[in-house]
Amino acid sequence: MSGETKIFAYAGKILRVDLTTGKVSTEPLSEKMAKDYVGGIGLGIRLLMDNSKPGTDPFSPDNPLIFATGPLSGTMGPTAGNGYAVVSKSPATGGVGEAKAHGFFGPDLKRAGYDAVIITGKADKLSYLWIDDDKVELRTAEQLRGKSPYETDMAIREELGDYYIRVSAIGEAGEKLCRIACIINDEFRAIGRTGMGAVMGSKNLKAVAVRGTKDVNVANLDGFKEFVKMIHERMKGPATKKYKTLGTPENVLVLNSLSALATRNFTNAQFEGAEKVSGEYLNEHYVKKIVGCATCGMRCDHIAVVPEGPYQGSTSRLEFECLWSMGPLCGVDRLDAIIEAMRIVNEYGMDGISIGVIVAFAMDCYEHGVITKEQTDGIDLRFGNAEALIALIHKIGKRDGWLGNTLAEGVARAAEIIGGDAYKYACHIKGLELPGYDLRTLKTAALGFSVSFRGACHLRNGAYSPDVKGKVNRFKIEKGRGKMIADEGNVYNIIDSLIVCKFSRGTYYDGIKDLSNYYTLATGIPITPEELTKSGERIENLARLFNIREGKGTRKYDCLPYKIENCPVPDEGPAKGAVVNEEEFQIGLDDYYSVRGWNANGVPTVEKLNELGLGDLAYIVQAANQGGA
Amino acid sequence: MVRPQDRKFVTADPEKCIGCLVCEYACSMTNEKTFNPTKSRIRALRLGPLTNLSVTCRHCEDPACVAACPREALSQEENTGIIMVDEEACNGCAWCISACQFGAMMMHPEKKVVFTCNSCKDQPDGPQCVKWCPEEALTFVTAQQLAQKSRISAVKNLFQEAKEKKAAK
Ligand code: SF4
Ligand code: SF4
Ligand code: SF4
Repeated sequence: MSGETKIFAYAGKILRVDLTTGKVSTEPLSEKMAKDYVGGIGLGIRLLMDNSKPGTDPFSPDNPLIFATGPLSGTMGPTAGNGYAVVSKSPATGGVGEAKAHGFFGPDLKRAGYDAVIITGKADKLSYLWIDDDKVELRTAEQLRGKSPYETDMAIREELGDYYIRVSAIGEAGEKLCRIACIINDEFRAIGRTGMGAVMGSKNLKAVAVRGTKDVNVANLDGFKEFVKMIHERMKGPATKKYKTLGTPENVLVLNSLSALATRNFTNAQFEGAEKVSGEYLNEHYVKKIVGCATCGMRCDHIAVVPEGPYQGSTSRLEFECLWSMGPLCGVDRLDAIIEAMRIVNEYGMDGISIGVIVAFAMDCYEHGVITKEQTDGIDLRFGNAEALIALIHKIGKRDGWLGNTLAEGVARAAEIIGGDAYKYACHIKGLELPGYDLRTLKTAALGFSVSFRGACHLRNGAYSPDVKGKVNRFKIEKGRGKMIADEGNVYNIIDSLIVCKFSRGTYYDGIKDLSNYYTLATGIPITPEELTKSGERIENLARLFNIREGKGTRKYDCLPYKIENCPVPDEGPAKGAVVNEEEFQIGLDDYYSVRGWNANGVPTVEKLNELGLGDLAYIVQAANQGGA
Repeated sequence: MVRPQDRKFVTADPEKCIGCLVCEYACSMTNEKTFNPTKSRIRALRLGPLTNLSVTCRHCEDPACVAACPREALSQEENTGIIMVDEEACNGCAWCISACQFGAMMMHPEKKVVFTCNSCKDQPDGPQCVKWCPEEALTFVTAQQLAQKSRISAVKNLFQEAKEKKAAK
């Protein structure tokens, strides 16, 4: 079956590829689907729900890997024009896996004529998918085995003879099913979190290459142009200043001053080496140029180059999260080593947050005698040992030896394999490693991260923000936080479904009103801010339902890592002794669930589903309530 | 007689261009009423994160593209230097494309005849790529102005160096 729906900005078409049989087909995207789920992660999660059976193993050929563009992809929309999302069942969490990336790949996928690509099955040998507008073919990638995503990108452009082909690829880590493997496009733009690269590897799919030459038309070109012009103007102003100047590494000193810079695997909340790994220091000594993605009127990619020493010439883009995970969290205060670490993490194709948290976990275990020097193959895994950090990254990326293999499973599984006290040092939520905020001193964040549907994540509801900005008492959880988290969560779902870059979220002064206006100008589909907010809520509930269906979505999975609840901050100062206590945390969960219209077990009510137009999924709720999941 | 100091073309500053493609989108939006970089008359190229440049027609004084065309489909407009394509005469043989050193002459994906920058001559506020570039990397200049700019910055640099040397002593 094939056909196209005539709505503007969307391609109106979904592509299906079965890697086992080689069968390719297309089907129309209905206007209802477009309006209800927007695009990006919203559309992707709905397609995941509808195209998978409960209990499917993430590495099974039956687990669909979904690439989705947003309605604005391929337009001139600043930051929104250049994104795509990947959605699948996560091998890290067993629930919804999703991540977005910007750069240059997304718009070509849209121009090739697709709102989404649903990939199922498993190729009989390592292959890549070549989407050339309507022509779709599977080509061998055996010659690319072990190559980095960037090398793969270059080799494919060379092979196909067109430099403007865009490629999204996995590295060795993905091929070897490291559960933290990511997918990378345009050298360093990553579909980073929740192990989407490992799912791709399990399908023997090395890369997706795309060339799109079709027009992308918006409904109201003049209005759209004016809107974009306004955003460009705002981007020159204060809303994006941070990203254009010091960049996100500015957070290092900000968080350090708040005792929120998790250090040595969440042992300390302040890092004595913070100055040396600060955004200020990075920019003064290492940053060569700041570049950006397609259509972006701002720019944020701080390209750092090591000028001298053992890692001379090492070049990579560095953002706060990865700088933190491989720096302070591992007790490492050498930016040259962190830049090199980031470079090799991109070469293997791994989640730059998770990898640092895993190394820090191993260091913590090592320092507490939970793993021995024999088990590390002689690496002296002390906190602060930069060489050990780099050596361990190689081991994990290659799944080399017992330790590399164990850690490639992520901290949650590694702790089970190692046994003993290891679980105490595993800092994750739902199987996904924590990002760079100390949850003992940022407690709205603790609550927000715990309910995020993709596991520990600062970008599912931005719950760190009220804490860091001083809008609330960050040392306690109380009633009211639930609403904050739910409201922001809805907006973030829309942002990730339109696939607007979160760095530009400040330029939408009127928030959801701006976004609904943007949507209508592009697609011609009228939508009110209220309706769009509803869509954000719909997507949240849909994701929750998927997790519940997979047996991972109820109250007991909304929890915090051991250290956050049991190891008070030791550092002197106002944060000394801070820790999340179970009682306040449970009050927070109750508050959040009641705002969401979910029952005490964290399961959406049937009324809620009907209100959101998700009535067809009520069976999941009924099963959960009966099964007492 | 048109003097070289009258002819302007769009040029990008390699120090400033970040390869963001906004110019491509602005061009296709203006000249083709759609978003499609393959229909843009300016193309940005990123060879690596530190190597970005946008390239379009430089309205050469002795245009190789015009000389290469076996069907006399190309001509240069006297006053502006813009290369005019006679779409009836052009058969898409691409000799002009091989002749242009900058890859500024391109094949239109739908019309199957060549196309290149027209300086947005119908736009009251001039070249739209220049207007939209968020990095102010593009300028619409004459060869004379380009030379002046280079001279000015060279002299500034020399004096700066001399000052620094003096200060270091
Ligand atoms: S818009 Fe400006 S900075 Fe962006 S690619 Fe074009 S010339 Fe370069
Ligand atoms: S197309 Fe190329 S050769 Fe022809 S005038 Fe433009 S830059 Fe010169
Ligand atoms: S001057 Fe106009 S026609 Fe020429 S490249 Fe720029 S936008 Fe396109």
